[in-house]
Amino acid sequence: MRVNKVYNRIESITGNVITVRANDVKYKELAQINTRFGKSLAQVNKIEGDIVSLQVFAGGQGVSTGDEVRFLGHEMRVSFGEDLLGRIFNGSGEPRDKGPALTDNMQPIGGPSVNPTKRILANRMMRTNIPMIDMFNTLVVSQKLPIFSISGEPYNQLLARIAMQAEADVIVLGGMGLKYDDFLYFKDALSKGGALSKTVMFIHTASDPTVECMMIPDMVLAVAEQFALQNKDVLVLLTDMTNFADAMKEIAITQEQVPSNRGYPGDLYSQLAARYEKAVDFADSGSVTVLAVTTMPGDDVTHPVPDNTGYITEGQYYLKGGRIEPFGSLSRLKQNVNGKTRKDHRALMDAMIRLYSSYKETLEKKNMGFSMSRWDEKLLKYGELFESRLMSLSVNLPLEAALDLGWEILADCFEKDETGIKSDLTDEFWPKG
Amino acid sequence: MTENKGKVVSINGNLVSVEFDGNVSMNEICYVFVGDTALKSEVIRIKGNVAQVQVYEMTDGIQCGDTVEFTGDMLSADLGPGLLGQIYDGLQNPLPVLAEQAGWFLERGIYADGLNAEKKWEFTPTAKIGDVVRAGEHIGTVPEGPFTHKIFIPFYLLGNYTVKSIADKGEYNVKETIAVVTDERGREIPVTMSFKWPVKRAVKCYSERLAPTQTMETKVRLIDSFFPVAKGGTYCTPGPFGAGKTVLQHTTSKYADVDIVIIAACGERAGEVVETLTEFPELTDPKTGRSLMERTIIICNTSSMPVASREASVYTSVTLAEYYRQMGLHVLLLADSTSRWAQALREMSGRLEEIPGEEAFPAYLESYIAAFYERAGYVRLPDGSTGSVTIGGTVSPAGGNFEEPVTQATLKVVGAFHGLSRERSDARKYPAIDPLISWSKYNSVIDSEKLEFCKSIIHHGDEIGSMMKVIGEEGTTLLDYITYLKSEMLDAVYLQQNSFDLVEANCSRTRQRYVTDKLVYILGSNYALQNKDDARGFFNRMRQKFIDWNYTEFESEAFKKAESEIDELYSKSDGKISAPAEKLLKDGE
Repeated sequence: MRVNKVYNRIESITGNVITVRANDVKYKELAQINTRFGKSLAQVNKIEGDIVSLQVFAGGQGVSTGDEVRFLGHEMRVSFGEDLLGRIFNGSGEPRDKGPALTDNMQPIGGPSVNPTKRILANRMMRTNIPMIDMFNTLVVSQKLPIFSISGEPYNQLLARIAMQAEADVIVLGGMGLKYDDFLYFKDALSKGGALSKTVMFIHTASDPTVECMMIPDMVLAVAEQFALQNKDVLVLLTDMTNFADAMKEIAITQEQVPSNRGYPGDLYSQLAARYEKAVDFADSGSVTVLAVTTMPGDDVTHPVPDNTGYITEGQYYLKGGRIEPFGSLSRLKQNVNGKTRKDHRALMDAMIRLYSSYKETLEKKNMGFSMSRWDEKLLKYGELFESRLMSLSVNLPLEAALDLGWEILADCFEKDETGIKSDLTDEFWPKG
Repeated sequence: MTENKGKVVSINGNLVSVEFDGNVSMNEICYVFVGDTALKSEVIRIKGNVAQVQVYEMTDGIQCGDTVEFTGDMLSADLGPGLLGQIYDGLQNPLPVLAEQAGWFLERGIYADGLNAEKKWEFTPTAKIGDVVRAGEHIGTVPEGPFTHKIFIPFYLLGNYTVKSIADKGEYNVKETIAVVTDERGREIPVTMSFKWPVKRAVKCYSERLAPTQTMETKVRLIDSFFPVAKGGTYCTPGPFGAGKTVLQHTTSKYADVDIVIIAACGERAGEVVETLTEFPELTDPKTGRSLMERTIIICNTSSMPVASREASVYTSVTLAEYYRQMGLHVLLLADSTSRWAQALREMSGRLEEIPGEEAFPAYLESYIAAFYERAGYVRLPDGSTGSVTIGGTVSPAGGNFEEPVTQATLKVVGAFHGLSRERSDARKYPAIDPLISWSKYNSVIDSEKLEFCKSIIHHGDEIGSMMKVIGEEGTTLLDYITYLKSEMLDAVYLQQNSFDLVEANCSRTRQRYVTDKLVYILGSNYALQNKDDARGFFNRMRQKFIDWNYTEFESEAFKKAESEIDELYSKSDGKISAPAEKLLKDGE
């Protein structure tokens, strides 16, 4: 065991990054720094000869050149065990609730990726009881999906509902740059919904230091992975990945890295992928499913963060106007599961979306002042029913009930042969009377 | 391994600087020792007595003073029998073997041989004692799956060699000496069934390069007829996310008319690789009747695997392709996605603090891309046979904008461009290759004048379509409206193709010609239709008949029946074939 050396001379301080002259320091090793405001962790992110750069978790503010830096001899780790359930931590792994600090069974974070030959094909549905997900863009166990959204949309409410209703053994929630009231909302909603006891939270709020924000996804995913290896189906909820990317941008610019696109570092894709690819269905063990909010600055899907995310993930939910939009949203894995739910599932889904798209065209015609035919009137009625009874985020129905409701809506507005659904299905499922 | 050692002096991400004493060569492989774990690395810059190396693994835990051992070799691939059906990472480690050794995760510092050293192969000598041979000429064969795998004089042996001894027919593993050859000075060199070749150097053991004139059938109508790819040619498929790049490559890897397919999953989703791994062993190769996996090699360096080996993976893939080409086989390399490879270059360039080019890509981006695609080619081999490597790369442009550096650099060097568009994929028109922007320099499977005829309908229809958006249907003449409907029909029944239906997805050259003739006849006719409603009704019915026809097995009873229904509908319509169309069909015969 090496003696942990203490250094009392900080050579430079730029933003959140400090340098010290030190030997025998490992890349990515942690250090503890004692400032007048208390202790903070710091992580080595560059070594040049004996000049060691560290990013200080609590930020560079108030750090003095004479502060004490003590290297800890290990990398960033997180405690793992059943006692994590129900607890809340910050980006340094310290408790945010009143519970005790956990130091047992420390696990490294940001570990290696899963061997692709040890994965199995995603083929189990994860029920959420939200019709726009279950029925139209089914969430599949081990899928990675972002929720593309703009500021002001109720994405955290959506996440909290999914956390309470999803068929998962364990929920791991990661908050990055979360507003403090949103943090309180999550805590409150989950404890009222009775899901707190199966939830672990790692929360970085907007007022916490930037470096801690960067740690959140790795801590969350390391814990999720450990639960998955214990044969649990884990659902990871992250909000908001754009803040994570912005934190990386901040550190990269501070360290004078060459920016690539709108100031983001050149490895943005790899960094995001390293996190999202932790979603996995292990052969003979549990799984990790990832849902991550990505706010799009200016509703621009070509912004580097949503753009790179889209290339990594298996589809996206597009939250707009308080609803999950059926057109922008896509679950690439839905066809792996929606063939074996109920035999009318696919046909009904296709027909309802097709009719909804006709409704949108009719609505456009109506707004331009064209006269409405009888068919147009039917579509208008259908569109309104569809939006209020199925699309609204307040609707809470199991898949089978949602499918039945779908048939009811169709029967309310159309004749059987106007729906374009095969007649053996309409004969069986069309509501009688 | 040489005795040459060094020690770490700085660490920045996966870039490590090493101080050394002796001689070190560019792109040499070395190992950085962290405790007992040796991390594979490659020298990418040398300044004085400091070499900068990119580590193919995570660099956590490395510290200044750690030992580095140089090997004297460049990054190489193991070439020999046993490559087919394998799943490798970017450095040619077989992933199933790593899983046996390390379990769930790809633990760093664990490497395995690319070829199974134990497995015995049935060797048949073809050279005799006293024969004079050169690099890239074969001295024997072994059966590998459906192929006759040739055993070569290693590609790196320069000059003429005389066979001194050669093993009898029998079973040998890839490490056993199966022949001894002597060089011009009489030095003896043992030859085994496998050897190493540095992946970043192109294999040039062929007699001459030929022009790529033979069309490589992909069975996708829009590609083979409109924007064809030639054996030995290159093409690229750029498109925004969700436009269907990967599905298109997946379809191509199943149906392409080649001997061997190498899939390089470079920096993309692991789930897609799992899909291929699950599906391919169950599918049959129509050419050989055996499992599709037996003609496939997967090189998979997914997005969360280390970036430096992502860069290596495209070179490993193309080296394996060149190796099988040397046997007189036709090989298709599908790289998904070359943008991720370019990003790997950008990440390293940033760490090296090179002056950035456009969008921070390094200035040498274009020459690297060009050099990669130039490794494709149709060649005549020393024994007179021919073989080819065809390269198809997807490009993932940021924001779906084709003006970005990787797309532009790629377009300069490829022979065909299949541009996927968001509009077409949003409208569920698959494959979403945009016929208005795509191009190809290769020969189509259909007659060029008929192709021009079809293309002119598409272009004309598009012009009328955009005009109609402004002036409405009412303002369009009936004649223009009919042309518009014709282009819509051509799009729906020929350009669009369902890749999930076995019959529809696999449209042969003969069938494409047959269907095109029918289309030229019907679209080249003038119809006495009374008004727009009639016109729409007629073409809707015709379209439906054609789509039904597409789903029938070629030349089957159902096929003939569906065709006769088309003819019947046509004969009822008072259609008259126009003179130019009639001439086209006559000339084509």
